[in-house]
Amino acid sequence: MTEHYQLSVENLTKSFGGVRAVHDVSFRLKERDFLGIIGPNGSGKSTLVNLITGFVRPDSGDIFYMGKKITGRKPYSIANLGIGRTFQMAKVFHALPAFKNIIIPLISPRIKRSRGGQYGERDDVAIDLLEEVGFERDSAVPYMTAGDLPHGYLKRLELARCMALRPDLIIMDELFSGMSMAEVAGTLPVVEKLKEEGKTLIMIEHRLKELFRVVDRVMVLNYGQKIAEGTPQEVMETDAVKKAYLGSEE
Amino acid sequence: MSRSYKENKGSKYRRERLDRGIKARSDSIFALSSYREALYLVFPRALVIVGLLILPFVLDEYWTKVLIITCVMAILALSWDFIALAGMLSLGQALFFGIGSYLSGIMNHYMGLSPVFCIPLATMVGSAICTAMIIPVLRLRGIYFAMVTFVLPLIITSIIEMTGIFGGVEGLSALSPFPNLWVTVYFIILALFACFFGFRRLMDTDYGLALKAIRDNDQAVMSSGINIYWYKAQALFIGGAAGTFVGAFMTHHYRFVGLPAFSMDYTIFPIACTVVGGSGMFSGALFGAFILTPLGEFLRAIGTWRIVFYSFLMVAFVVVVPEGIFHYLQRKYHQFERWVKTE
Amino acid sequence: MSGMIVYGLVNSAMFVLMALGFSLTFGISGVANFAHGAFYVTGAYLTWQMVNSLGFAYPLAIALSIVITGLFGAIMYWVVLYRIRGLELSEVIATFGLGIGLIETYRSLGLSGHSYKLPKFVDGSIEILGVYIDFQRLIIIGVATLLIVSLWFFSHRSKMGLAFRGIAQDEYTALAFGIESDITAMVSLGIGCSLAAIAALVIVPLSLIQVDEGKHILILALAVGIVGGMESIVGIITASLVFGFAQIIVATYFNPHYTMIVMFAAILFVLIVKPSGLFGKFKELEERV
Repeated sequence: MTEHYQLSVENLTKSFGGVRAVHDVSFRLKERDFLGIIGPNGSGKSTLVNLITGFVRPDSGDIFYMGKKITGRKPYSIANLGIGRTFQMAKVFHALPAFKNIIIPLISPRIKRSRGGQYGERDDVAIDLLEEVGFERDSAVPYMTAGDLPHGYLKRLELARCMALRPDLIIMDELFSGMSMAEVAGTLPVVEKLKEEGKTLIMIEHRLKELFRVVDRVMVLNYGQKIAEGTPQEVMETDAVKKAYLGSEE
Repeated sequence: MSRSYKENKGSKYRRERLDRGIKARSDSIFALSSYREALYLVFPRALVIVGLLILPFVLDEYWTKVLIITCVMAILALSWDFIALAGMLSLGQALFFGIGSYLSGIMNHYMGLSPVFCIPLATMVGSAICTAMIIPVLRLRGIYFAMVTFVLPLIITSIIEMTGIFGGVEGLSALSPFPNLWVTVYFIILALFACFFGFRRLMDTDYGLALKAIRDNDQAVMSSGINIYWYKAQALFIGGAAGTFVGAFMTHHYRFVGLPAFSMDYTIFPIACTVVGGSGMFSGALFGAFILTPLGEFLRAIGTWRIVFYSFLMVAFVVVVPEGIFHYLQRKYHQFERWVKTE
Repeated sequence: MSGMIVYGLVNSAMFVLMALGFSLTFGISGVANFAHGAFYVTGAYLTWQMVNSLGFAYPLAIALSIVITGLFGAIMYWVVLYRIRGLELSEVIATFGLGIGLIETYRSLGLSGHSYKLPKFVDGSIEILGVYIDFQRLIIIGVATLLIVSLWFFSHRSKMGLAFRGIAQDEYTALAFGIESDITAMVSLGIGCSLAAIAALVIVPLSLIQVDEGKHILILALAVGIVGGMESIVGIITASLVFGFAQIIVATYFNPHYTMIVMFAAILFVLIVKPSGLFGKFKELEERV
C-alpha cells in the first residue's frame, strides 16, 4: 500500500433476510477528502453508514481506519477512534435539555483522554458548540428540553453532538432532510467550516444542488451497488446514474 | 391525560402551569438570604429526615417492626427505581433479595461468620452474581431483560426446592441476630438514608447523566463513544446491591432464610411502590413504600387478597396516573395552575 | 426406548402448546403478555364452571371457553394496554400486574382442590411402537401439530397473515401502508389468549386445575421463547423438543425434579452463545437502526 488512506472500505456486503442492502461496495478516502454519497431511496446509503460505524455487522468485506481493521467493532469503540456520525432520524435525548445533549460525548473516553475539564467548563463548551450550529446563545433555546425543540433544531443539535466528540471523520446521514431553505443556508457554513478545519467528511444527501457545492467527489449507489464515482459533473453525466434517477426527480 | 383545554362562553382556555413565586426565588443561591425561602426548600426534606429518626422512640415494638419492613421495602423500591432509570425494567427484584438473603444465611450457617461480615459480603458478592447472570441479555431489547429477571428467581426456587440444597424447603434457621431492636431499626434507617441520598447524588453526576441518556436513546449514546453495556452493568450492580443488602439484612432480622426469600412479593412490591409513588426521582419510590407497607399491615387480615390488591392497584396507576402520586404532589407544591385564554 | 420417544414427543407437544400463544402475541404485536399463564388457568376454570355450575355440554363449554378467553384478551388490550401502547415499561407492568392479580384472585376465591378437574376427551389408550399411550396424550400431539401447521399456512400464505408479518417486521412501515396496528395488536392478543386456553383444555385433563400452574406456564413459555427465539415457529418447535426430551431423559435416568436445572442450564447456555435465541431473528441492539 503506497498511499496512506484514512478510511478504506473494501467489498462490503450485507443482506437483510433476502434483501441485498449493500453489495460489494468499496471506496477509499484520504484525509481531508469530502465525499458525497447519493442514490435513490433504498439504495443502501444508510446501511453503508451503519456498517462503517459499527451498528450493523457486514456479511463480508472489511473496513480499515488509519490502517487498523475496524470491521465488527462496536459502535462506541469506533466512535472513540474518531469517527462521528449523525442519524437520518435525529436521535436526541428528548428528556434532557439541549445543552446537556452535547455533554454526553464529553464524557466519552476519547474526550476525557484529551481534555479532562470540570463540569462547569463543559457547560460552556456545550453552549459554544450549540452557538456554532445556530442556537441563539442568549436565548432560552439551548436550555430547552430537547423534546420540545422545533424540528429544524433537532438535526442541528444532532450535528453539534457529533462535533462535540472532536471526530476526525464525520459521516452525515441526510443532514438537510426536513430542513427549510433558510435552515439549510444556515447550516452549510457549518459544514464548510468543518472542511476548513481539516476534517474528513462524508455526506449522504438527496439535495444535490447544495451537496455538489461543497463536495470534492461523489459516489452513487443503486440497489446496494456502487454504480459511479467521480466529480459531481462526471457522475451526473454517467448513463447508469441517469437511468437510476429517471422517474425519481429530487 | 388531563384536559388542558376548555371552552367557556365561546373563548378557548388552556391550562397553564407556572412555578410559584417562592420556588422561582428559592431556585438560586439567594434562597439562603431569606428565612422563608430557605424554609420552603428545607422543610419537606427535614420533615422526612427528622421524622424518621424520631419515629422509633415513639412507636411500640410491633410498629417498630413495621417501620423496619417499610424501610426494607423502601430500599428495595429504590433499587428497582435506580435500575429502571438506566432503562432496565426488572421483573425480578426477588432475585437480588433472594440471593442476598441466601448468601448471608449460607455464610452464617455453614461458615459461622458473624453478620458484620456476612451482610457486606453477601451484598457485594450477591450483586456480582446477579449481574453476571443478567449481563448476556443487556445487549437485547428491554423485554428480554424483563423476561430473564422474571424467570431466574422462579427457576432458582425450583432448584432449591427439588434438590434440597441450602436447607431446601425448610430453609436455614437459628441464624445470628442483631444485638437488639434499636440497632436493627437505626441500622436500616441509616441504610435507607445512605441509599436514598447516595442514589440521588449519583444521578447528579456525569454517570447519572449518561444513564438518563442511555434510557432515552441508547444508540445516540453509543455513537458518542460511550460503552453503554458497561454503564448498564454497573447500574445493575449498584442498584442490585441495594437489593442484595436488604435481603441479607432480613435474613438476620428474621434469623431465617428459606424459599420465601425469592417470593413474588419482593418483585411486585417495589414496582407497586414506585408506580404509585412515581418513578424517576427516588422520592416517589420512598413515598410509595411508606404508604403501601403500613397499608399492607392493615390489609393483612384479608390474606392473599393483599397481593391481588397490590397487583390491580399497580395496573390502575400505570394506566391512569402514570406519573405517580409524588410527582403530582410535588407539582402542586412547586406550581400553581390557572386557565389562560388562548388566541 | 420407544417409550421415551413417544413420551418425549408428548412432552414436546405440551411445551409447544404452552408457548405458542405467548410467542405469537409477542411476535406480531411486540406485546409480551405476562398474563399468559393467567389466561391459561382462566380457560380451564371457565370450562369447569360451565360444565359443573351451568350444566353445559363438555364440547360446548370447551368451544365457548376458547372464544371467551380470547375475548378477554382482546378486551384487556382495549381497556388497559391501548392507553399505554408503545410504553414498553408500562405495558409489561400492566400485563404482569393483571396476570398476578388474576392468579391470586383465583387462589383467594379458593378455586383449588381435587374437585377442580376436567375429564379427558376420550378414555382409553392405544398401543404405539410397543408403548401404551392414552388418547388424551395423543390428542395433545395432534392439536399441537394442527396448530403449528395452520399457523404456518396462515402466516406464509394468507393475506392477513402476511400483513401480520409485515407489522412484526416494521410497525412504522406497516402503518404507512394502512395496516392498523392497534386492531392487529388486539387480535393478536385475542388469538394468543385463545391459544393459551386451548393448551389448558387439552393438558389439564391429565391432572387437576392448579392455580400455581399460572406462573409455571408463564415460565415455561418464556423459557421456550428465550431458548428457541421468540418470534420463530421453528425456534419454538426446536426448544420444545429439546425441553420435552430433556425432561424424559432426566426423569428416566436421574430425578424428575432436575428438569428445572436443565431448563436453567439451557437458558444460560443460549444467553451466552446466542442471546436472541437459537432461531431468534432479533438482531442485537445495534442493528435496530
